[in-house]
Amino acid sequence: MVNKLTTDMSLTGNGLRDWIVQRFSAVILGVYFFVLFGFFVFHPHPDYLILSEFFSVTWVRVFSLIALLSLFLHAWVGVWTVITDYVKPFPLRFLLEAFTILLLIIYFFWGIEILWRFV
Amino acid sequence: MRFSIYRYNPETDAKPYMKDYEVDVPHDSDMMVLQALMLIKDQDETLSFRASCREGVCGSDGMNINGLNRLACLTPVSSLKAPITIRPLVNMTVIRDLVVDFTLFFQQYEKVQPYLQNHAEPPATERLQSPEERAALDGLYECILCACCTSFCPSSWWNPEKFIGPAGLLWAARFLADTRDTATEERLANLQDPFSVYRCRTIMNCTVVCPKNLNPAAAIAGIRHKMVEKGS
Repeated sequence: MVNKLTTDMSLTGNGLRDWIVQRFSAVILGVYFFVLFGFFVFHPHPDYLILSEFFSVTWVRVFSLIALLSLFLHAWVGVWTVITDYVKPFPLRFLLEAFTILLLIIYFFWGIEILWRFV
Repeated sequence: MRFSIYRYNPETDAKPYMKDYEVDVPHDSDMMVLQALMLIKDQDETLSFRASCREGVCGSDGMNINGLNRLACLTPVSSLKAPITIRPLVNMTVIRDLVVDFTLFFQQYEKVQPYLQNHAEPPATERLQSPEERAALDGLYECILCACCTSFCPSSWWNPEKFIGPAGLLWAARFLADTRDTATEERLANLQDPFSVYRCRTIMNCTVVCPKNLNPAAAIAGIRHKMVEKGS
C-alpha cells in the first residue's frame, strides 16, 4: 500500500513516461533559457518597460507558458525522485511530496497570471 | 607492506574494527591482493574471506580495496598505495570479516528472469544465430555476478530493495539482446515501474569498478532505448 502510494505520487506512475517527460521538458527549458539569455545579452540593463514589452510579444508569452509547463513537469519528476531517494519515513515523505506538488501548481498559475496580466 | 583489514565476527565482537598486518612483498613481485590475503591467513587463521578460482572467473573475492570495489585476485599489490585498506563490499550485510550476504543481490538478479525464454517448438538441433546476432551479446554475457558494481552504486544504496542494480540490469540487457529469446515485451513491461530501471541516474560507478571491464551503465541506457522503441 505504501509502495503503491509512493509510485502513484510520481508524475505518471511509469518509469519510462516519467523519464521521457523529464528529457523533453529539459530540452524545452534549455532552449527557453537560451532565448532569455540572448534577451539579456542585448539588453544588459533591462527596465520595466523593456521587460513588459518583451513579455507582451505573443510568441514570447506562448513560449514562456510552455516553459512554465515544462518546469512544472520537470520539477515534479526530479523532486519526487530526490525525495524518494533521501526521505524514508513515509509520513514525512508524503508531506514533502504533497507540498512540492502544491507549490508547483501555485507557481504554474501564478506564472500565467503574471504573463497575462498586461494584455 | 602494511595491510589494514576490516575485521568483524558478530559472535564475539561488539563492533567492527580495523586490524593491521605486515606482509613481505618483494620489490618486483607480481603478487595479487588475494595472495597477500592468503599469506595473512597463514599468520591469523581467524581471518575470513571468499575466494575460489583465483583468476577473475568465479566472482567470489569482490571486496573494497583502497576505496574501490575490485576482485582481490585481479588486483596487483604493486598497483596500490600502502597501507592497503581492505573492507567488505560496500552497503552489504557483513556475515564475518570480508564475507558478505548476497541474498538481496541474488533476489534482484532473479527479478530479471535471467534465463532464455522461448515458447516456440524447439528445433531438432540448436537455435542458430548469425555471427552478428551473437556479437550483440558481447559485453553483456561476461558478467560473473561478483557484485562489485551493484555494491558501489549510489542508486542501489538508496533503494536496495526496489532498484534492481547494475548487475541485474546487465543481465536483463543480455536477454533482451538475445535473438533466441521471445519474451522481450514481457521483460520490458516488467521493468517499467519508476524504480527497477529508472532509478539509475547514470552515475557510472558500476562501469568504473567492473573488474571485467563491462559497461552496465551503457546496458541500462540500452534498456531505456529499447523501451522507447517499443513504445510500450
